[in-house]
Amino acid sequence: MTNEPGTASPEASADVSERRSPLDAVHRAAGASFTDFAGWQMPVRYSSDLAEHRAVRSSAGLFDLSHMGEIVLIGPGAAAALDHALAGRLSAIEIGQAKYSLLLADDGGIIDDLVVYRTGDDRFMVVANASNAAVVAEELRARAAGFDTIVSDESDDIALIAIQGPDARSVLLETPGFGVDGPGNDEADFDAKLDALKYYRAFPATFEGEPVLVARTGYTGEDGFELYLAPERAARLWEALAETGGPRVTPCGLASRDTLRLEAGMPLYGHELSRDILPVQAGLGRVVALAKPDAFVGREAIEQGPAADAPVLVGLAAEGRRAARADYEVFDGADASAARVGVVTSGALSPTLGHPIAMAFVAPDAAEPGRELYVDVRGTRVAASVVALPFYKRTA
Amino acid sequence: MTDTTALHYTEEHEWIAVDGDVATIGITDYAADKLGDVVYVDLPAAGTTVTEGTVVGEIESTKSVGELFAPVNGEVVEANQAVVDAPELVNSDPFGEGWLIKVATSSLPTFLTHDEYRALVGE
Repeated sequence: MTNEPGTASPEASADVSERRSPLDAVHRAAGASFTDFAGWQMPVRYSSDLAEHRAVRSSAGLFDLSHMGEIVLIGPGAAAALDHALAGRLSAIEIGQAKYSLLLADDGGIIDDLVVYRTGDDRFMVVANASNAAVVAEELRARAAGFDTIVSDESDDIALIAIQGPDARSVLLETPGFGVDGPGNDEADFDAKLDALKYYRAFPATFEGEPVLVARTGYTGEDGFELYLAPERAARLWEALAETGGPRVTPCGLASRDTLRLEAGMPLYGHELSRDILPVQAGLGRVVALAKPDAFVGREAIEQGPAADAPVLVGLAAEGRRAARADYEVFDGADASAARVGVVTSGALSPTLGHPIAMAFVAPDAAEPGRELYVDVRGTRVAASVVALPFYKRTA
Repeated sequence: MTDTTALHYTEEHEWIAVDGDVATIGITDYAADKLGDVVYVDLPAAGTTVTEGTVVGEIESTKSVGELFAPVNGEVVEANQAVVDAPELVNSDPFGEGWLIKVATSSLPTFLTHDEYRALVGE
C-alpha cells in the first residue's frame, strides 16, 4: 500500500524538521502522531481524526497552533502602514477587535491570508500562516518603511492554543488561574469580560499572573477561543484546560482541523488561496476594502479584476463515500469527451454530513448552485453538485 | 490475537499470512496509523485475477488515499465484506478482523520478515 503524492504518506513521517512546538513534550506524552508542517513537527492526530473532529462539533477540541506566525506592528504609523500593506481597512477597527485580511502582491495575487488584532491605539498583531510567516514579516517590513512604526516578527516568542467547540466557553470560564490584565486581577472580572466577548474580539488577560491574549476567533466553524501567550507558559495552560474540561475536551491534530475548516467552507492557503488567485475568485471580494482611500499594494490589479473566464471557487457535494481530493479534475459531463471545467482544491468525506464534499475552482459558467458536474476520482467520473459554501453551519 | 512475527511483509506496508495456497492480505498497523481513520475501502471481487505489484484496491482515510497492491500473483478467492461495511476495522484490528483479501496463489515472492519490516519503519 502506498499513498498518493502530496498526502501524508507513511514515509513522510521521519523526524526531519527542526522546529518543535513549546508543547512538543505534552503532545509526545499524549501519544500524538506527528507530521511535518512548514518545517515544524506538529501533531496530526492523537487517537482518531474522526473522534477529534466530532469532539469539536459536539463538545470541545484543543489545538496547538504555535507554528503560526505573529508579526507585531507598534507605533503611531502602524494603522496607516497596515492600510497600505493589506487589502483591508485596518485603521477602522477598534482596540480589541480582530479582522480577517489579505496580503496581496502587486498583481493582486494572494501572498497570505491573515487575522489582524488591534491590541492598542498604536499596536497591531498580524497572525500569518506558518508556511508564509517569514515572507509576511519581510513584506510588512518593506511596506511599512516610511510609516512611523516598528515591525517585529515575534513568532518565536508567542505560542497559540485554540479551544474550539460548543463547550469551549464553559471550559474557559471554569479553568482556574485566569484574571483580567490590570489592577485587581480578579477571576470574576475575567468571567464577566469573557461573557461579554463577541466574535472576532479579543481582550488582554492573565493566566497565573502572566499575560495571555484571549480572542474569540477560530478556524473550525464552531464557537471558540484562541489564546496567545509566552511559549514557556503554554504547557501549563494546555494542561489546565485539559484537566478542567475532562471528557469535554479532546486534544486535536491538524488532520481534524483540515476536515473541520473544509466543512466550514474556510479557504486554506496553498489550496484555495495562492499567488495565482485574486481574492474575488476565492469569494473574498468583500475582504478587499476598495472604499478605503489608501493606495494599497495590489489595488490597481484588483480594480481591473480577473479575466471574465477566470475560475471561481465553488462547493461540491457528492453522494456515496469516495471523496474528491486536491488536484482532481472537474468535468462538465460523465463521458470522456466532456469538457474539463475545473480542478478540486480540497476534498474529504465530511465526518459531520456523511457524504463527500470538496472545494474546487471551476469556470464561471459552470459555477451556478445546483449545476451537476463530474469529478474524476482516480479514473471514475463521480457526479457532484455545485452547492453554496459553507457546507456546515453551526445552529446555535 | 495474531502473531505478527509469523507474518510476511512488503515495503508497501502490507502483511501476508500464508495458509496452504491461500494468502490472506492486509495492511500493517503502521500503515493504518499513518493513514488515519479509514472511511472507505475498495477491494477486488472474488474471481478477479491479480498480478503482483499492480494496484487492485484503495483504502481511503479522512485525509488521504492509499492504494492496495497485490503482493502475489493469483486469483482473489474472498474479499472481506466486513471491512467494506465497517472500514474502521482496518484501524481497530489491522492484523485480524481488518484483513482485506484472500488470494489463491501457486508461488510466493520473497517478502520481508517481521524484523526487516519493523526496521524499515524504524521501530
